[in-house]
Amino acid sequence: MPPPASGLATERRRYRRARARRSTLVALASTLVFAALVGWGLTSTPGWPRVQQTFFSPSAAWQALPQVLAGLWLNLRVLVVAEIGILVLGLVIAFLRTLRGPVFFPVRALATGYVDLFRGIPLLIALYLIGFGVPALRLQGVPTDVAVLGTVALILIYAAYVAEVFRAGIESVHPSQLAAARSLGLSHRQSLRLVVLPQAVRRVLPPLLNDFVALQKDCGLISVLGAVDAVRAAQIEVARSFNFTPYVVAGLLFVLLAIPTGRVADVLAARITRRQEAG
Amino acid sequence: MTPVLQVRGLIKHYGPSIVLDGIDLDVAEHQVITLIGASGSGKSTLLRCVDLLEDIDDGQIFLDGVDVSDPRADVAAAQRRMAIVFQAFNLFPHMTALQNITLSPRVVHRLPADEAAHRGRELLARVGLTDFADAYPDRLSGGQQQRVAIARALAVRPRLLLLDEITSALDPELVGEVLTIVTELAGGGMTILMATHEMGFAKRVSDRVCFLDGGRLLESGPPAQVLGDPLQERTRRFLARVIAAGRLS
Repeated sequence: MPPPASGLATERRRYRRARARRSTLVALASTLVFAALVGWGLTSTPGWPRVQQTFFSPSAAWQALPQVLAGLWLNLRVLVVAEIGILVLGLVIAFLRTLRGPVFFPVRALATGYVDLFRGIPLLIALYLIGFGVPALRLQGVPTDVAVLGTVALILIYAAYVAEVFRAGIESVHPSQLAAARSLGLSHRQSLRLVVLPQAVRRVLPPLLNDFVALQKDCGLISVLGAVDAVRAAQIEVARSFNFTPYVVAGLLFVLLAIPTGRVADVLAARITRRQEAG
Repeated sequence: MTPVLQVRGLIKHYGPSIVLDGIDLDVAEHQVITLIGASGSGKSTLLRCVDLLEDIDDGQIFLDGVDVSDPRADVAAAQRRMAIVFQAFNLFPHMTALQNITLSPRVVHRLPADEAAHRGRELLARVGLTDFADAYPDRLSGGQQQRVAIARALAVRPRLLLLDEITSALDPELVGEVLTIVTELAGGGMTILMATHEMGFAKRVSDRVCFLDGGRLLESGPPAQVLGDPLQERTRRFLARVIAAGRLS
């Protein structure tokens, strides 16, 4: 229990509370004015009645929702499988790039070439090449399902980014940590696995989550292969009803999906900053 | 008897600047040898070279008579027989004090987990940190961290213990607790090669003190002689500066 406050402290506390109340009221008023201005600006454009009807029709939204949601379920499954694949492949490539010694030169060169290639190639082109090119090979046992092939393309592209994030994390661990591990007799690989990697992964969690948010929406691109995901389902509804509202519905659903991940990333980043300040 | 460590004609460059310029040094079993000298004189580099953390440019390092500086030698095997304590502790921040200590015994020496933990707790008790087994390094003071680092080094049962200015990063009131442990280790017969700026401590525990200057071993002898009545003018001037800074107690 803190000692009872003096008259001075009580008076100051009262002043601070009053000031906080005033700030809240000002923020509320300014937000209302801003929203009203934006709304007024939008609705007073000459084409607004048409736009409202074709993009923001509640009845069209309600009608399209079941199909778009069913499509989103495919996006979610693709997202989970792709994310696991990306993390594994990205970590393996990052690890290969840190290998030393002449024996590993080809592996190192291959990993570097992989990152250069798949970080440079547009996602859309990778999707076309894999989605349409691989089935054309007519190989036995190779999947032809467009959702599977789309997932593979996403993994290949994103693993290149994630590998670089992991590598940056590995290189951010101070060399003295490696020296300490080596001086205790640990091999290079043991030092990396037990000392460097655990610290690196902790540090790169926020940027990894950022890539995860980007992946969430890029999952919608598998629709270009013909997979009936949320985007494709919306497209079908649009073609049926000549109303663009289903696109808005799909877009909003993707935004709703991204918000929690973004918050988790913020919380994690804040926690890591606090830790470093404490350390 | 063969000395535990023999350094012969050791030369080390960093780019164009020469850091170690032909070092010859012997450390016999149970001896405590202390390196003194201004910062930049090569003390830390010498210790890092001995621990095979740096490649050397010329010369030889013998551990128990075996040339471990030979590029064909098994570096990891040689490193397993030495241990180094760093100026900045270099504890692993994602492991508890006990995990820091038991890592090498478990992974390198293949000790069963419970045996490693048992020995780790004994070592923690020896450095006076019985209650801190499960504490992470960022919850420990500098002196406590450095004592964990010493316990971690002892856990590999080293033939040769290297101490690289282990009190230089500590607040003055925490220096004593670390030096007490080193004094006990020296009394127990541990073979030690260390760099330090604590001249009073060096005088008490060392069998021989070596003065490094510009990468050369300028003077070496019993602590009373090198620290009390040095032969070289440069040693004299270095000690005068140290005394002026109030470190010779």
